[in-house]
Formats: sequence, structure tokens, C-alpha cells
Amino acid sequence: MTESTRENAELLVEMKGIRKSFPGVQASDDVALVLRKGEVLALLGENGAGKSTLMNILAGLYRPDSGEIRIRGKLARIASPRDASALGVGMVHQNFMLVDSMTVAENVVLGIPKLPFVPNAARIRREILELSERYNLKVEPEAFVWQLSVGEQQRVEILKLLYRKAEILILDEPTAVLTPQESKELNAVVKLMQAEGKSAVFITHKMDEVMSFSDRVMVLRKGKVVAEKLTRDTDPRDLARLMVGREILFCIDKRPFEPKGLVLELSGVEALNERGLPALRGVDLRLRSGEILGIAGVAGNGQRELAETITGLRPTTAGAISINCVDSTNASPMSVIRRGVGHVPQDRVAVGVVGDMSVSDNLAMKAYRSAPLASGGVLRPKRFLELAKRMIEAFKIATPSPSTRTKFLSGGNIQKTILAREIEACSSLLIAVYPSRGLDIGATEAVRKELVAQRDAGLGVLLVSEDLEELAQVADTIAVMFEGRIMAVMPACDAEAERLGLLMSGAIPAEV
Amino acid sequence: MDLIASILTITLRAGTSLVYATVGETFTERSGILNLGLEGMMLMAAVSSFATVYYTGSLALALLVGAAVGAALAAVHAFLTTTMRANQVVSGLSITLFGTGFASFLGQRLGPESNSHRLVGLTADRFSPIAVPGLGDIPFLRAFFNQDLLTYGMYLLIPLAWFYLYRTRSGLWLRAVGEDPQTADAMGINVFRTKYLYTMLGGAFVGLGGAHLSLAYTPGWSENITGGRGWIVIALVIFSTWNPARAIWGALLFGGINAVQFRLQAAGTTIPAGILNMLPYVATIVVLVLITWWEALSKRVGAPASLGNAYMREEK
Repeated sequence: MTESTRENAELLVEMKGIRKSFPGVQASDDVALVLRKGEVLALLGENGAGKSTLMNILAGLYRPDSGEIRIRGKLARIASPRDASALGVGMVHQNFMLVDSMTVAENVVLGIPKLPFVPNAARIRREILELSERYNLKVEPEAFVWQLSVGEQQRVEILKLLYRKAEILILDEPTAVLTPQESKELNAVVKLMQAEGKSAVFITHKMDEVMSFSDRVMVLRKGKVVAEKLTRDTDPRDLARLMVGREILFCIDKRPFEPKGLVLELSGVEALNERGLPALRGVDLRLRSGEILGIAGVAGNGQRELAETITGLRPTTAGAISINCVDSTNASPMSVIRRGVGHVPQDRVAVGVVGDMSVSDNLAMKAYRSAPLASGGVLRPKRFLELAKRMIEAFKIATPSPSTRTKFLSGGNIQKTILAREIEACSSLLIAVYPSRGLDIGATEAVRKELVAQRDAGLGVLLVSEDLEELAQVADTIAVMFEGRIMAVMPACDAEAERLGLLMSGAIPAEV
Repeated sequence: MDLIASILTITLRAGTSLVYATVGETFTERSGILNLGLEGMMLMAAVSSFATVYYTGSLALALLVGAAVGAALAAVHAFLTTTMRANQVVSGLSITLFGTGFASFLGQRLGPESNSHRLVGLTADRFSPIAVPGLGDIPFLRAFFNQDLLTYGMYLLIPLAWFYLYRTRSGLWLRAVGEDPQTADAMGINVFRTKYLYTMLGGAFVGLGGAHLSLAYTPGWSENITGGRGWIVIALVIFSTWNPARAIWGALLFGGINAVQFRLQAAGTTIPAGILNMLPYVATIVVLVLITWWEALSKRVGAPASLGNAYMREEK
């Protein structure tokens, strides 16, 4: 289908006058949207702009307060995800809808009404493999979901939609969890589906993706549509301005690089992953105070295991780790914390905060054991509140009050809460794993600035990231990881994107 | 050989009610609902099915009533925990307390005037052992094929329940609801209906287990006829790791030790009867500890992940 026919193609989805409010927020405010056959529409907006809400309405998870939806010209009543699925609408949610303890195949067929009472496992397996071959989505149907990396889990989510023959695919920030390579693969998959006449809505807040994935772009701000353009008629600068409502600069002030004493040293460290396979293979790393060491690599190459091994969450099977020149191989998480190590974990909602506890309790979660927050084993609620107020102000955490339950905050503010707590508790080493993943531009900027500020204040910062731009902007030294090995360590100023990419994909051999 | 065969015969007979109830509770827990009301439900089913057979003489009707009473009490649990989102432990315990007391009350009121309105001490039709022609005479195998109809039903129930849970669409839906109700909901599975359905279906099987006690195993009604079997079943579900195929082993263990201690008492051992009566329960605790330990070591996925949690669609 050529671009011009696509613009006049059949209208697949029309949403009109959609309103939806949640307590305190107007998430969708009189929104209209059209989607044509064979078209990829990007929904661009900051966190909380109402992109996901709008698409959750189309996917049947939320019901709009008012407004109408037409699909293929017919008025549609979408009261449940099953209704949506019957109309050919499928959505890949930001938090994957997969049952961890079940296999890929079981997840793919889950909830299909027309599935035979006794499903033919061999046939399902064959069909999944065919689809995975055709769209280049590598998965093992018999594998359990809990064994898969995030990237693999996303492939299962997409396969689920393809298996259901969805014609309208909604992808909610699909690349937030992907590496650059995986994003490219996803782009290819989307293009392939588009060539078959399927349409997609792509929720994102990354400009480059809008440019490379979409035909048309709609910009949302605070529940309203602020602009709608053909992608070829616009550019990233223009879109960024529309999205935030102001100009943004990608630049962070940084003091000159003057590293001091050794904070962290790893020699020949090895560790296993959940499946009992080697995740770290002889890792050697050195980090000094006043230095940001960036770990570049495709997710799932041992980065998470690296952070967990250092923080005492995962046993070291060989080699030695020393923090501040004291051996801490297989030290308990508590003793690592006592040595002044802060950890911003990869999965911030699962292991970073307790969602049902207040912001103030979450902020105190590392310092509560001793004065001033506790005296003689008794907590001092007033001091909790004082600490919380001070940190909320210092880190600009947007929360209605310190006693708000943390799960009601946006991703960016949850991340700021974790950062605030970890920095407060941290006196020598800060480990941040994908700290800006899934955050909007404003929050990303704030997180990066904070990392640099801590480095300037003399901490050693270990930053795991797959965003090369972030590493180039923030890191002093870059180490590349591939399949549990450190492929190369280089000053950030010498790092070229192309060489990093080759090292990250294992295309050139290790240099250390 | 004869001794083993006779112990095995009693073992299977003693284990039947446990298998029905274990399969029932497994289905209930697979939907994410923990039902601790089993003891009360089994007692209620036992008393009502015995009363039915006493007055109507129909064993089939008695079974039906037993299952219906189990399902009805389970429906109360489902309503409280699913619709009202009450705490499952509290709701289950209330049903046990209610069922125990009410069954005892019915036992003193439902009987004929000649027995001063009591059911205790009466006799009625029962499920008697039926030898399968041919198979019932072979040594050893005799133990399996000299049983009552409900025990034969158990032989079918175990593989069918396993097949249903692991090989059918409905079983997949059920497991998904117990593991991850949010995902099941998003995939278009009706979470509430599933929870109601399997809590009640489970309750019906628990009711059959209770009915087996008063219609076959120890025919007639007596106070506390279950002897804590409702609680044993909760342990059996755990050590069958929520797999109906393994329910038989737990039931055989408990039933077997029961049979052996009866034999010992009959043989006139010097061990006090109280200690012997305790054995099956002690064995249950020991095996439960071992299984849990082994599970922890081998990091197997055990309980349905959402077991005990109320589900609501969360609109932030």
C-alpha cells in the first residue's frame, strides 16, 4: 500500500467525544481519534497525558464516561477485552498480561473463546512456531514465562495478538523495555504487519520512534489532543515542543572528571541466573569515587545479575567483590547497605517500593533503623514526616501528600522516590539499573541530573543503561557487557556508537 | 498377603471421602479461593444425606442432597469472598463453626419421634461393597475391586480431574484465574464467574466426601463423624501440590495409617488407643513438613499465586 492510498484507506476505528475521568484527574477530555486500514498511528505524550487511558478504552479495559466508538463504520459496544478481541482489537500492555507460571503456548491461547474444549497441544505449538517464523519473533512455546527476559515476554504478547488474528494492534510504550536492537526488530515486525493490511496504534514518548514507526502522529497533553500531523510533515523538535508545551534542552552540566579512591572492585566474578546457567563469566570492573561507570549492553546479558551480585541479592559463585577496599563477596544485603551502597533496581514497582505503603514510609525504608527516625527500637512518625517533606521538596517528587500510597504516583515520581531514598542512604556507591526506563522527558532529565550531581559530590555511580545517548551524556567510563562478559572498557569520550553497537551484539571479540 | 489385602481394602475405603474432598478443594483453591469451611461442609453433607436416605430410602437422592448442601455452603463462601471481598480465612472458619454446630443440631432434631428425634443410632440403606465379577476374586487386586460405588467413582474422578485441569480449555482458564486474575480478566475470562463456579463445584465434591462417610464408610450419623477430615483435606491439597493426580497418595497415606491402627487396636496392642488415634494426624503433619521443605529446596511453583486474595478490577 502506498502512502497516498493509505491516507484515503477505509476508516477502521473512529472514536468521538471520548471522556473519562478518574478521581481528581480528567484522563480523556473530549478526544477524537481515527485509524485507517494499514496505518500506524503514534500517540505521543508525556506520562499522564492520557494515552494509555484512551487505548484502554478501545481495548475494553476501561469504559468511557461518554463518547462513541465506531469500528469499520459500525457503532461498537466494547464492554470487555473479549468484545474488543472479537472486533479484532488487541493491546500489548505496558505491564505484560502474562501468567508467569504458565508456558508460552498456554499464554498464547489463554481466553480464546473458540478454543476446542480439549486443545490440541501439538497443533498449537506448530501454529505458534509458524507465526514466530513468519514474523521473526523467536520464542520457545514450551518455556515458562517466568524464565523469559522482558524482550522475550513482549514477543509472546505480540504473538498472542497475531494468534487471535487481531487487525488493530495497540502497543503501549513497547520499546520502553527493549534494547535498541530489539526495538529495530519490533519496528520490522510492525512494518510486516502493516504490509499485510493490519493497523497499529503506538503509544510512546520517544521522538525517534515516532519518526521511524509511524505514518501519522497525534500529540496528547493533559487528556486533550493538541496536534495531529502526518509524520513526514513534522520533526522531532516540533513534536517535543508540542508534547511538553515548552522547549527542552538535552544537556547536563558536569564538572571535569577527577576520579579519586577505588569504591568498587570486581575480579573474576561469576554468578548464575534463575535457570542455573552462567549469567556472569569472569567480570572484572573497577569504579572510583567521582566516576560514573556506564554498563552498556542489550538487556539480559547479565546486567541485572551484576547489580544483584554486588548488592548481595545473588550469590557469587567465583571471584571476589570488594567495596571500599573491604571484601564483600557474598555479603548480606544488609551489610552491603551498611557499607553505604544505594541500589535503584531494574524493576522499580516490584522491588523498589511497596506500592501500598505511603510515600513517606517508602522514603524511610532504608534509614528507619536508627536515629533520628527511630529511638530504642520505636519509630518516630513525626521525624518520618519531616524527612519525607524535606526529600519531597529536594527531589521535586510530585505527590498530593507524604501519606499518599506510592502506587498512585506516576512512574517518574516513583523513580524519584527510590532515587531520593537510595541517595540519602548512600555514602559511597550508587547502583542504578535502567533508571530512566519508561520515564518521560522531564523525569528522565531529572534522574540524569541527579546521577551527575551525586558523582560531583564524590560518589561512585554504576549506571546500567541500554540508552547509548544516556551513557554518552552522563557516563565518564563505559563498559560493554555481552553474554555475561565485559567486552571492553573505555573512556566515554572515546566511545563511538557504532563500535559500542558491535561490541554489544558480540560482533567483534572482547578487548579485555 | 491376606493381611495386606485387607489393610488396603480399608485404606481405600477410608481414603475415598478424602479424595473427593481433596479434589473439590483443589478446584476451589485453583480459582484463588481458600475454603477453610470444609469440616463444617462435610458434617452438614453427612447429616443431610443420611437423613435423606433414612426417610426416602434413595441413595441417589441422598448423594444429590449431600452434593447440593456442600455446594450451597460453598456458594455462601463464594458470595462473601468474591462479591463482598471478605477475608477468606474468616469466612471459611465461620462456615466450619456454623456447619459443625448446625449439623449437630440437625442430628438431634431430624430423627423420628421413636428415637426422641435423634438420628444417632439409626440405620438405613448404605453403599455396600460390590465385588467386580472376575476381578473381585484375584488376590491383592481384590482389595481394589471389592469396594462401594463411590470408591469406584473415585478411580474415575482422579484421572478425569487431572485431565480437566491440565488438558482442557476450562482447566487452563481456571488455572489462569487462580494464578493471575488481572491477566485472566484482560484475556476475556470471567473471573467472578470462574471463582463462583469452582468454589461451588468444589463444595459439591466436598459434600460427596461427607456423604460417603455417613452412607458408606461408617453408615449412620454420629457426632463429629468426620473426625477432623475437613482439616486433613486442607493439608492434603498442599501436599498434593494442587494436583488432583497426587491427591490419591495423601488420601492413601492418611487412610492407610488409619487402617493399620485399627488393625493394631483389634489385635489388642498395649499402645493406648489415644496414641493410635493420633497417628494419622501426626503422619499428616510430618509429611506436610517434608513436602513443604522439598518444595522450598527445589523451588517448585506451588500454590496458585493469587490464593487467598480478593480480586477487583483496579481502575487507578
